[in-house]
Amino acid sequence: MKGTNIGEFEELVLLTVAALMEDAYSVSVCDELSEHTGRTVKLGVVHAVLNRLEEKGLLKSELGEATKSRGGKRKRFYQLTIQGKNALVQAKEMRDQLWERIPTVNWSKI
Amino acid sequence: MDLKSRHQPPKWATRFINWYCKPKYLEDLLGDLNEYFERNLASKGFRYAQLVYVIDALKFFRSYTVKTPEFFNLITNSIMIGNYIKTSGRSLMRNKLFSFINIIGLAISMSVGLLLISFLMDLNSYDQFHENADRIYRVTNLESLKGEPEIKYPTTSLKTGKILREQVSGIEKVGILRDDFSGDVLLGNNSFPIKGFWAESSLFDIFTFPMLEGNPATALDHPYSVVLTESAANKFFGIGSAMGKAINLDSVDYQVTGIIKDIPFFSHLKFEALASLSTLEQIGVDGPDFENWTDSYSNFVFVLLKENADKRLLDSELQTIADHENQLVDPNGNSVRDIHLELLPMNEIVVGEDLARSEGLHYQVPHISTAVLWFLVSLAILVIASSCFNYTNLSLARAMRRFKEIGLRKTIGANKSQVWQQFLIEAVMISLSALFLSLILFLILKPQLINMAPGLQTLIKLDLSPKVFILFVGFALLVGVIAGVVPALIFSKVNAIDALKNVSPVKVFNPMSFRKTLMVIQYTFTLIFITTTVIGYVQYKNILEFDLGFTTENILNINMQGNKPESFMEEMRAIPEVVELSKSTIVTSIGNAWGGYMKYSSGEDSALVMTNPVDENYLNLHQYELLAGGNFKMYPVDPGSVREIIVNQELLRRFQIAGNNPEQAIGEVVTFSNHAWQDREMTIVGVIRDFHYGKIDNQIEPVAFMFWTPENPLMINAKILPGDIQGTLGRIKEAWNKVDPSHPFQASFYKDAIEQAYSELSVMIKIIGFLSILAISIASMGLFGMVVYTTETKVKEVGIRKVMGASSLNLIFLLAKDFIWLLSVSAFVALPLTYLFFERYILTNFPYHEPVRLFELFAGLIAVILIAFLMIGSQTIKASQTNPAKVLKSE
Repeated sequence: MKGTNIGEFEELVLLTVAALMEDAYSVSVCDELSEHTGRTVKLGVVHAVLNRLEEKGLLKSELGEATKSRGGKRKRFYQLTIQGKNALVQAKEMRDQLWERIPTVNWSKI
Repeated sequence: MDLKSRHQPPKWATRFINWYCKPKYLEDLLGDLNEYFERNLASKGFRYAQLVYVIDALKFFRSYTVKTPEFFNLITNSIMIGNYIKTSGRSLMRNKLFSFINIIGLAISMSVGLLLISFLMDLNSYDQFHENADRIYRVTNLESLKGEPEIKYPTTSLKTGKILREQVSGIEKVGILRDDFSGDVLLGNNSFPIKGFWAESSLFDIFTFPMLEGNPATALDHPYSVVLTESAANKFFGIGSAMGKAINLDSVDYQVTGIIKDIPFFSHLKFEALASLSTLEQIGVDGPDFENWTDSYSNFVFVLLKENADKRLLDSELQTIADHENQLVDPNGNSVRDIHLELLPMNEIVVGEDLARSEGLHYQVPHISTAVLWFLVSLAILVIASSCFNYTNLSLARAMRRFKEIGLRKTIGANKSQVWQQFLIEAVMISLSALFLSLILFLILKPQLINMAPGLQTLIKLDLSPKVFILFVGFALLVGVIAGVVPALIFSKVNAIDALKNVSPVKVFNPMSFRKTLMVIQYTFTLIFITTTVIGYVQYKNILEFDLGFTTENILNINMQGNKPESFMEEMRAIPEVVELSKSTIVTSIGNAWGGYMKYSSGEDSALVMTNPVDENYLNLHQYELLAGGNFKMYPVDPGSVREIIVNQELLRRFQIAGNNPEQAIGEVVTFSNHAWQDREMTIVGVIRDFHYGKIDNQIEPVAFMFWTPENPLMINAKILPGDIQGTLGRIKEAWNKVDPSHPFQASFYKDAIEQAYSELSVMIKIIGFLSILAISIASMGLFGMVVYTTETKVKEVGIRKVMGASSLNLIFLLAKDFIWLLSVSAFVALPLTYLFFERYILTNFPYHEPVRLFELFAGLIAVILIAFLMIGSQTIKASQTNPAKVLKSE
């Protein structure tokens, strides 16, 4: 089950890639994450995680078109694979199930 | 976008990423960093953006981004190496002359490197066999005579040793080694010479001299005990039976209480026997004051520091002790001698600072000064560099022929690093084959070097151990890389299209100025070498033939070795070839000294004066020039009644006696003290012209001759007739054997003794001379290669010029002018440098030297130019004599 078990940050990155749709490459993922989580996310970390997720088969990537910015270097765009999507869904389901187990009465006591 | 084009991320950081990053990630990673860079550039400025870029470049150096050597590349490389070796071999065979020059040149210079490596390894292995080698220190005495610079002695007083043992923390063990337990051991009717030290048992705790029999903890505790080395014990008593027996030395019996293993060659202490120091207290050979703080010329004190000793604390403790002791010796604080102590690590004893050698210290510590060592190292490096330059130069010159090959390789798919590797491998191949030759040379040169000076025989062995051999191979690889790196880099940059398009390599890259620079440097070195040799040799000859102020012609000095002179002199007088005889205590002008303190008027301080107790015939035999007064009139036998002295002019100047007037100085009275007698009043009976008592590198000092009395050592000076010197020597030897059959005859001619005294200089000159011959042959070979190359490339030009009517002389000039120009540049740099080096640094040590003459300065240059012309001439004449029709026909 190694492939489907993902950590918290990995989940966030996967979600962001999914949310950004066609425009998910390392810098944009990094910016988006920083904006939504409110913490500074380092490029190095994101880069490493993207790479790891690709190795796990949860993401796939391809190089985009060359542009004049970025010193003429192409971007590497990421997309979710089926496994990636499954992993996210599975994670969400697991959480939902756990949420449902919390009785409302109990919840309000805290 | 102006801002952007001016402000780029730092190139080197980008190159760094290019170098380490897997190609898969490279592009988008660089793009990302670039994007960040631009963003930071806009918001935070250029510097900040740069900084972040650099930090990120470093941060992305991670396991997943870093290139792993790809399996495929490894395979191609290993396949290609076979191919490189093959093509390199072919090109070596094709250019036999170049290969020959390269291999021979490298082999010659590498043999120097090999000698140096094994020399350094030998020096480095000194005293390393002691288990605690890094914690062993020797006490150095720093003495300052009033108003004079500090002198460092390797010896100190017995008292120092005792104080260190009792008072100083941080020291685990103290061991005293006193000079000169030596003489002839009597065993039955035989006598064996023995050399050793007075020592303490604690030395066995400090040093690692494994004891085979006996107890190291107590072996040297009791008086009259002796510890022998295994081979000494076997020599005296046969194998395995020495323990407990007695040896007799100077009519004292010593009991053998221990046998140690023989001392390793690489020990700075070499001895056959150690006698207990406590014996000395019993027999009191050195008089009552040998335990004084100031009696410091015969004792080595070794200390073993504790593991965690604080060296600075120790130094300050030593300072306190020395201050206290100086105070005790001289409470008024106007002491003539001030002594301070220092600790010298054991590994700086053999290679390290030069220490003064006190008179009367018999043991000669093997030593070479760091400065001399560095000098030798740099000379060797220059010679090696010179042959590396040859390789570089010739390879670049040959570039034309390899050009197509490189182009083809690149077209087929070789990348830069592969071309680069190929040429490095080629250079390394050459240097490895040169290593083989240079090993043979090394084996030939090794005995020459070792036998060059007697000091070297006991200092080094230059044995080939596996460790040394590995260093040799490493050295060969290094030389190959250094020689090959420039051609390899230049070749790897060749553009495949240019190479195949038949563009001349000269147009693609122009290494000509680089090659010229190398040649100028090479010839500058060579000229410096050869000029140094010539000047050094001439100066050395001047020193040997220097007018010392007396004659040394045909004088044989015979060491009496403690025998009474009368019967020997009787025998000598019977030999008709012995014309004159005299007695003296020491032989002067070869570095020996015999001194005492003199005082003229009562108010003044006493000053050190050099003396030589001699007999009434000495001055005559050596033809000293008397300026006033005459010879000794009294011939006393008791040191107390010696009342006459003969002094030199410098002594009058030093003490301001009678206004420096020799005539008036006669009859003046001075007081003289030495170890034998205090405050003798002496009358000046003669004044002689100044002469060189010390070596020529010393200033002329005040000297006084006084009458020889039997408590002094004795040299017999015999003037013999020239002619059958060998026969005369044989007869004198016979005479000696009649008088003293047990000691070998010790004598040397004055001239030889002087030559011996400057043997260091002659060794230096021999080494530099040898290296300069190597340097000049290497440089000449290089030049020859270049000339061959130039004439080959210009063969058509020469043909055309010849057809047009140029004369042979014109052609020679055309081909040679470049080289002449280079040589003149080298001469212009080298000659003034050498001249200044000698005048400013070397000859200032010799106050009485002759100036450097123009001839000496230019002799080397002339030789080099002659050789160069010979080579240039031979090639150009060959080129100019070829039939132009032949050359021009083939197009």
